[in-house]
Amino acid sequence: MKISKDDVKYVANLARLNVTEAEADKLAVEMESIITFADMLTELDTSNIEPTNHAIKMENVFRDDIVTGSYDRDLLLENAPSKEAGCFSVPKVVE
Amino acid sequence: MELYKLTAHELHNMLVNKEASSEEITKSVLKRIENVENKVESYITLTPELALESAKIVDRKIANGDVISALEGIPMGIKDNICTNGLKTTCASKMLSNFVPPYDAFVTKKVKAINAPILGKLNMDEFAMGSSTENSYFKKTKNPFDLAKVPGGSSGGSAASVSADIAVYSLGSDTGGSIRQPASFCGVVGMKPTYGTVSRYGLVAFASSLDQIGPLTKDVTDCALVLNAITGHDSMDSTSVNLTPPDYSKALINDVKGLKIGVPYEYLGDGINEEVKNSVLKSIEVYEKLGATVEYFNMSVSKYALPVYYLISSAEASSNLARYDGIKYGYRTEDFDDLIDLYKKTRSEGFGSEVKRRIMLGTYALSSGYYDAYYKKAQQVRTIIRNDFDTAFEKYDVILTPTAPTTAFNIGEKTTDPLQMYLEDICTVSINIAGIPAMSIPCGFDKNGLPIGMQLIGKAFDESTLIKTAYTFEQNTDFHKVRPQL
Repeated sequence: MKISKDDVKYVANLARLNVTEAEADKLAVEMESIITFADMLTELDTSNIEPTNHAIKMENVFRDDIVTGSYDRDLLLENAPSKEAGCFSVPKVVE
Repeated sequence: MELYKLTAHELHNMLVNKEASSEEITKSVLKRIENVENKVESYITLTPELALESAKIVDRKIANGDVISALEGIPMGIKDNICTNGLKTTCASKMLSNFVPPYDAFVTKKVKAINAPILGKLNMDEFAMGSSTENSYFKKTKNPFDLAKVPGGSSGGSAASVSADIAVYSLGSDTGGSIRQPASFCGVVGMKPTYGTVSRYGLVAFASSLDQIGPLTKDVTDCALVLNAITGHDSMDSTSVNLTPPDYSKALINDVKGLKIGVPYEYLGDGINEEVKNSVLKSIEVYEKLGATVEYFNMSVSKYALPVYYLISSAEASSNLARYDGIKYGYRTEDFDDLIDLYKKTRSEGFGSEVKRRIMLGTYALSSGYYDAYYKKAQQVRTIIRNDFDTAFEKYDVILTPTAPTTAFNIGEKTTDPLQMYLEDICTVSINIAGIPAMSIPCGFDKNGLPIGMQLIGKAFDESTLIKTAYTFEQNTDFHKVRPQL
């Protein structure tokens, strides 16, 4: 599969990453080489095969609905890059 | 004999017989760290005070006549993607360079419960993505057998520290070979248990359907003991299996008579270094002499495991690493215009190039128009690979292969071409895809004295057979006794 510089920029935006022109050039080559390698999977007929999400089969896992302790707010906020009034602080989103 | 050189089970006997105290053992390892850590560079964070505190607790217990468990008071290290309450957990990334977890991972709680003197947090490839530990934001760990070589990865610090006797044992994580390949490169024992055997609660997620925590140890006996200490059901991990784990030390039996070992041709073919291949063939002869039956067979789909692995692991990583946005914890960029700009700058500055490459690859494989062709296709081939192992295990008790296609390579040798580095995982990724257990044990040395590892693969939840098979080899060979000269 051919991967263009525009493809790289499109995917970078989806992944919320900035790429410079030079990085986009390099990533296009690297991603194309990896994706071309992965194209060998087309050799296998998988039309009637169920996909595997998890190797070990598991049904829904439930626990009893009981109230337990939760973490202290101030403790969790200690790692926040920016906080205010006991909340995470973010740039204005809604005008 | 210096205490730091000994295995956990040897040290336990000394503790019980009052021939050494936990404080003496811990100080011996700390002294060794002072002497050789500057050469090996396996730790990101060192915690000598914390270690000595636990050691003193154990010594008081012994003085009081209390019974101590097998690993109590034995100093160890933890890979830096496993959360430790109040102690920095960086994932070897700029993104988490200041992150102090407010909680312990399940396995951290487990080792704290046995008063393990925790020596520190071990270096790794950033977010566990890599096969050489060169992708760490902080430092490059060296192979103790040759400081110009890589220790393997991503659990390079975990493997190098045990190899260099600067941790008696360590915990690592394995998504596609990240415990087994560095164990092979550094001449130690490493096991990836069956998916769901060890809780992933508090393990920073890379690829959630493949990740598993496991031990790196100096011998097979220690491997069984560490496994005993870290397994068990955990309600905080919905994929943790609700089974009572066996006592793995009961599998330390020197006997493989009648054991059926299968060797897939594909794992000894193209791309496998001749010296590695010869060591593995000699190991097979050892097993035959000890009474095991060995049969060669075909696993024709094994060549598809690597692309399946890189598609699934990158897709899951792109989703898991979306959480690093500069809001809740971790790095945040200095200057930004708006929220989207904050996200983009934070992520572009906080992640290293390999992590970005995998996020890009995974986002591509999940994006509209390519989802069916890549991600879904990979999951379907994952089913075929699992079925292939199921079929093989109808005939064999254990499958034997090399752990890695090469011995340790030079630092910088494979950093320019990502695909070359990915090929390092060719023997190990299929095991994570199938969710089954596998371990690497030392089985030889190349002409430059670098360790070679062989991989033993077992049925799901049959770690005991792997331990028995590995233990028998170890009791009849001396490869595990060769330590690096530092």
